[in-house]
Amino acid sequence: MLKIAIIDYEAGNIRNVYNALLNSGVTPIVSDDRKDLLTSDAIVLPGVGAAKDTMQHLKNKKLIEPINEFVNSGKPFLGICMGLQALFDYSFEGGGKQDCLGIIHGNVNKFDNSLVVPHMGWNTINIVKESPLLNGITDNDYFYFVHSFYPDPIDKSVILATTKYGKEFASIVEYKNIFATQFHPEKSGNIGLKIYENFINIVKNNK
Amino acid sequence: MLTKRIIACFDVKNGRVVKGISFKDLVDAGNPVELAEKYCNEGADEIVFLDITASTENRSSVYDLISTTADKINVPLTVGGGVRSADDIYKMLRSGADKVSINTAAIKNKNLIQISASKFGSQCTVVAIDAKKNDFGWEVFSHGGNHPTGLDAINWAEEAVRSGAGELLITSMDADGKQSGYDNELLSAIKKRVNVPIIASGGGGKPEHLLDTITKTDVDALLLASILHFDTFTIIQIKNFLKQNGVNIRI
Repeated sequence: MLKIAIIDYEAGNIRNVYNALLNSGVTPIVSDDRKDLLTSDAIVLPGVGAAKDTMQHLKNKKLIEPINEFVNSGKPFLGICMGLQALFDYSFEGGGKQDCLGIIHGNVNKFDNSLVVPHMGWNTINIVKESPLLNGITDNDYFYFVHSFYPDPIDKSVILATTKYGKEFASIVEYKNIFATQFHPEKSGNIGLKIYENFINIVKNNK
Repeated sequence: MLTKRIIACFDVKNGRVVKGISFKDLVDAGNPVELAEKYCNEGADEIVFLDITASTENRSSVYDLISTTADKINVPLTVGGGVRSADDIYKMLRSGADKVSINTAAIKNKNLIQISASKFGSQCTVVAIDAKKNDFGWEVFSHGGNHPTGLDAINWAEEAVRSGAGELLITSMDADGKQSGYDNELLSAIKKRVNVPIIASGGGGKPEHLLDTITKTDVDALLLASILHFDTFTIIQIKNFLKQNGVNIRI
């Protein structure tokens, strides 16, 4: 049986991520316990809210070190929304320069002031690279976004798909064993659940 | 390309969906969980669940109903009503809400918007404004449309956004429940002054009303209630109509 852990760090939408995994065939655990996380076959880092708070919660709960250790183990890791942004070097959310996990190199920048922000609602993706995460998903499928900042990886080869809001930004990334989406697949109808099903298959194949 | 959102809205009283005209004469419109699931399957882009009696009766919102609803749907769920504190917001988010709508509590305590935005993020902090036309513009009403506040709706919208609101839900009390079209004048006036998404609410009675408001005001989302609850039109019919008329819509 697969053990998939959702990292519990006071992020709001854990229940919905839990339900999405459940509906995709795996009963996940929700935990902030180092041992639980490190013995899991995969980890999901959900997230809503601000980068500064997210990093503070991860720090307070002493989760940064186990996340790094898990990522280095090569086991599959899925970041969602703020869980994607937290993987980068820095975020400019909140005015200052916020240190993030620094696992994927690049910054998280604010959308242009001429746009309505947050970027909120259903938008399409443009797939630029094949991946098992995208099985059954095509260009122009709609996903639910809600964010004011966007990731800008230095190494563009980590980008699986882009989305246009003012400019094209990276909406799905894959780096080694790490997968991350800027949108919320758990809020993106049936097509969103496909992302979770695909991730679960990646975990199965990795075991 | 980002689509215009078509949102199914529930006003809830004692666990049942209700709909009234101009916030009065409430009639039963069904089971909220069943309706949420139905509209989600029919293509609603979001579900909004407003516990409209919460402020009046001074009771906290029903977390069970939020979680039961959230478990059945896989599109975003916004809930409002009975929000007094950051702790209420946290419990609603934890129950499965994606966004929390604050109305009366934000008027009473403006800091609540700021606290919610900094603790949970602007993206889940919705400020709902119930506005009624007067000789000078539009006045904000609190407590489910029962109390005039003396606040100017446009100024209040700007202040809410400055405080950290990530979205505004604007209900025209004059148009609400009458199904004769949204209040484009009010929506345009607010849309021009703020940079966050605006949800138009009150007055949507047929697909042409939505098209008219999208064309004239460029709002980001439109709320539907009575038109859906009494099966006048389905979400699919409305979305198809908008798409055929060149609006970017998720089908």
